[in-house]
Amino acid sequence: MEHGHDHHPSGIMRWVTTTNHKDIGSLYLWFSLCMFFFAGTLALGIRLELFQPGMQFMQPQTFNQLTTLHGLIMVFGAIMPAFVGFANWQIPLMIGAPDMALPRLNNWSFWLLPVAATLLVTSFFVPGGPIAGGWTLYPPLYMQNGISGDMTIFAVHILGMSSILGSINIIVTIMNMRAPGMTYMKMPLFVWTWFITAYLLIAVMPVLAGAVTMMLTDRHFDTHFFDASGGGDPVMFQHIFWFFGHPEVYIMILPAFGIVSSIIPTFARKPLFGYTSMVYATASIAILSMVVWAHHMYTVGMPVTAQLYFMYATMLIAVPTGVKVFNWLATMWQGAMTFETPMLFSIGFVALFTLGGFTGIVLAMVPVDVQLQDSYYVVAHFHYVLVSGSLFTLFAGAYYWLPKWTGHMYDEKLGKLHFWLSMIGFNLTFFPQHFLGLAGMPRRIPDYALQFADFNRMSSIGAFIFGTTQLIFVYVVIKCIRGGAPAGDKPWEGADTLEWTVPSPAPYHTFETPPVVK
Amino acid sequence: MSGNKGSYYLPAPSHWPVVGSLALLLLTGGFVMKINHVNMGGSTMIAGAIVLIYMLFGWFGTVVRESESGMYNKQVDKSFRMAMTWFIFSEVLFFTAFFGALFYARVISIPGLGSGDTMSQLWPHFVASWPTHVAGEDKIVSGPGSTQMFTPMHAWGIPAINTLILLTSGATLTWAHWGLLKNNRSQLIIGLIATVALAFSFIFLQAFEYHHAYTELGLTLGAGIYGATFFMLTGFHGFHVMLGTTMLVVILFRSMKGHFKPESHFGFEGAAWYWHFVDVVWLLLFVFVYWL
Repeated sequence: MEHGHDHHPSGIMRWVTTTNHKDIGSLYLWFSLCMFFFAGTLALGIRLELFQPGMQFMQPQTFNQLTTLHGLIMVFGAIMPAFVGFANWQIPLMIGAPDMALPRLNNWSFWLLPVAATLLVTSFFVPGGPIAGGWTLYPPLYMQNGISGDMTIFAVHILGMSSILGSINIIVTIMNMRAPGMTYMKMPLFVWTWFITAYLLIAVMPVLAGAVTMMLTDRHFDTHFFDASGGGDPVMFQHIFWFFGHPEVYIMILPAFGIVSSIIPTFARKPLFGYTSMVYATASIAILSMVVWAHHMYTVGMPVTAQLYFMYATMLIAVPTGVKVFNWLATMWQGAMTFETPMLFSIGFVALFTLGGFTGIVLAMVPVDVQLQDSYYVVAHFHYVLVSGSLFTLFAGAYYWLPKWTGHMYDEKLGKLHFWLSMIGFNLTFFPQHFLGLAGMPRRIPDYALQFADFNRMSSIGAFIFGTTQLIFVYVVIKCIRGGAPAGDKPWEGADTLEWTVPSPAPYHTFETPPVVK
Repeated sequence: MSGNKGSYYLPAPSHWPVVGSLALLLLTGGFVMKINHVNMGGSTMIAGAIVLIYMLFGWFGTVVRESESGMYNKQVDKSFRMAMTWFIFSEVLFFTAFFGALFYARVISIPGLGSGDTMSQLWPHFVASWPTHVAGEDKIVSGPGSTQMFTPMHAWGIPAINTLILLTSGATLTWAHWGLLKNNRSQLIIGLIATVALAFSFIFLQAFEYHHAYTELGLTLGAGIYGATFFMLTGFHGFHVMLGTTMLVVILFRSMKGHFKPESHFGFEGAAWYWHFVDVVWLLLFVFVYWL
C-alpha cells in the first residue's frame, strides 16, 4: 500500500503530484506572481502608449488587446489564485487541520490553472492575436474575435472549474476539519471571509460558464442568444456576465478583509474590535453583492424603477463595508502600535480602499454614472479597490506570513521601501485618473485630446515607478527564502492564531494530532 | 495518518490530477482547432478524450480501492458528502444561467422587440409572443429578422412520456437504495438495472425527439431564441443524464462485485443524489420549456 505520503517524489514531480496543502499553496502563490508580472507588463504597454497624445508605439487593436488581457489575467490569473494560495497555506494552519479535506482535488484545482494560462498566453501567437473587446467579453464585439475568442472561452471554463473545485475544498475543510473546540465563532476572520467567498464562487462561476457557453454557440453553432434578429439580446449577456461579475469583485476583496483583520490586531496588540459584527458584515456584503449587478450597465437602457432599485441596493453595501472600516479603526484606537511592513500595507489598504469605496458610491448614483460610464473615473475607482485593496493586502499577508513559511525574517528595510514606493507609484498612477475621467477621457482608447496630456504623463510615470518597485518584492521574497534572521515560532508578539503555535518554517505536516482549542 | 485506522485519510502524492489537466488541454485545444478548421483538431480531441477516460478510470479506481479497503473513516465520508452536495449546487447555478436566458428572452427581449420604436422602425411585422410570431399569419418564425419557420415541440407527446420515465427511475433507484439498506442485494441490483434501463430509454426517446425536431419540425439550434434555449437547456440536461447514467452503470457493476455496505455506501448515494438532481431539472424543463 502507498502509505508513504511522508515520502514524496523529489524534483519537479514533487510539485506536480503533491497533495500537501503547503506545497499547493506555494504553487498558487508562485503562479500568481508570474501572472502578476505578465499582466503588469501588459499594463506598462498601455501606459507607454498613453504617455503622450498621438499614436506612438502600437495599433489601436494591439492597445485593446493589451487592456483586455491585462484585465483578464490580473483578475483570474493573479489576484484570485493568490488568495487561494493564502487559503491553502493558512486555513488548515488556522483551524488546526492536518491538511485540506480533499487533497487530490486540491492538486487538480491548481494544475488546471496552467492549462487555462496556456490557452490565454498562447492566444498572442494565433492568427489575429488575442481578444480585444475588453475583459467583460461583451457581444457583439466579442463575435469579431478570431480563434483567440474560442481559446479565451475555454480558458474561462477551466478557470471556473478550478475555482469551483477549490471552493468546494475550502468549504468542506472549514465545515469538517476544524480542531475540537474551534467553533464557527472562534474561527479567525481570514477563515470566515474565505468561507463566505467560497460560497460566492460556487454560486457565480457556473453562471459565467453558462454565459461564455452561449457565446461559443452564438459564434459557431448558429444560436441567437445575443442577436436581436433571432429574438435574443446583447444586453442579456451583460446581465448574465455581471450577475457573475459583481460578486466577483467581492470574491477579490473579502479574503483581503480577512487578511487585514488578522494583521491589524497583531500590530495594534489588541483583539479585533467587533469580531461578531465583522462576520455578519462579511455575510451581508456577500448577499448584497448578488443583487446589485446592473449598476455596471445603467446606460444600456432599463426602466427607471430598475435603476432606482440598483442604485439604492448598491449604496446599501456601503453600510456593512463601513462597519468593517470603523472596526479596523477601532481596533487601532489606543493600541500599542508598531509599523512593520505588513501593518504599513494594511493601513495603506484601509485608507486607499476607503477612497475607492467612496468613488464607488459616487458611481452608484445613476445620474452621475451616466456621465462617468466608461470614463477614466471608473478605471481609477476599480484600481483603488483592486490594487490598493486586494493587491496591497496580498503584499501585507505575504510579509506577515513569510516568517512562518520560510523560517526567516524578511528584510524590513527593503519591505518598507517596497511599501512607500508602491504607495507613491500607485497614487501617482491612479489619482490623476479621477480628474481625467471627470474631464471626460474615455477608457480603452489609445489616444486622447491634448488637454489630458499632463495627467496622463503623471499617470504613466507613476505606473513605471509602481511596476519596477514590485521587483523589490521578488528580491525580498527570494532573500527571505534563502536566509535571514531566524523567525522563531511566533515572530509577532501580538499574534494569537493557531499557525503561530507550530515551528517556523511550518513543518511539512502540521496538526497530525488536532490541537484542542479552549 | 494515512495508515492509521480512525484518523483522517491523507492520500499520497498522485499523478491523476495532472493527467486530467493534460486531457482538458488536449480536449479544449482540439475543440478550438476543430471549430476553426485547423488541421489535427479532431484527432487532438480524440487523444484528449482517451487521456480523460484513462484518468477517470485511474482516479476513481484508486478511490474505490481505498474505500473498499476501509481507509476512509466517518469524517472522510462526511467530506465526500459535503463536496458532492456543493458540486450539485454549482450545477444548479449552471442551469440557472440558461433558465435565466429563457426567462429574459420571454419577459424582456421579445416584448421589447415587439413594441415601440424597435418594432415600428425595424421589424413592423413582428409580434411579441412565445414562440415568436409574424403579424396576421399563423406562422412561427425564428425571430423578428428571420424568415426561417419552425413548429414548436409539443409537450404532451414524448416529453410527457420522458417525464414519467424519469420519475419512475427515481422511484426504482430509491427502491434499490432500500434494498442496500436492508442488505437485500438482489433488490439492490434489480432496482439498479431497472433504473439504468429507464435511463437509456429516456436518452433514446430524447435522441428520437431531436431527430424529429431537426428533420420534420424545422426546430434547430438556429431557430431563433426559441431553438437556442430549447436545445441548450434540454441538451445540457441530456448531457447530465448521460453522466448520471454512466455513474449508475458504474454503481451497478460495483454492486454486482459486492461493493457497498448498508452502513457505508457514499458512492451509491452520490450517484443517486446526482440522479435526483437531473430529475428535478427535467421537471422544470418540462414545465417551462415544453409546456408553458
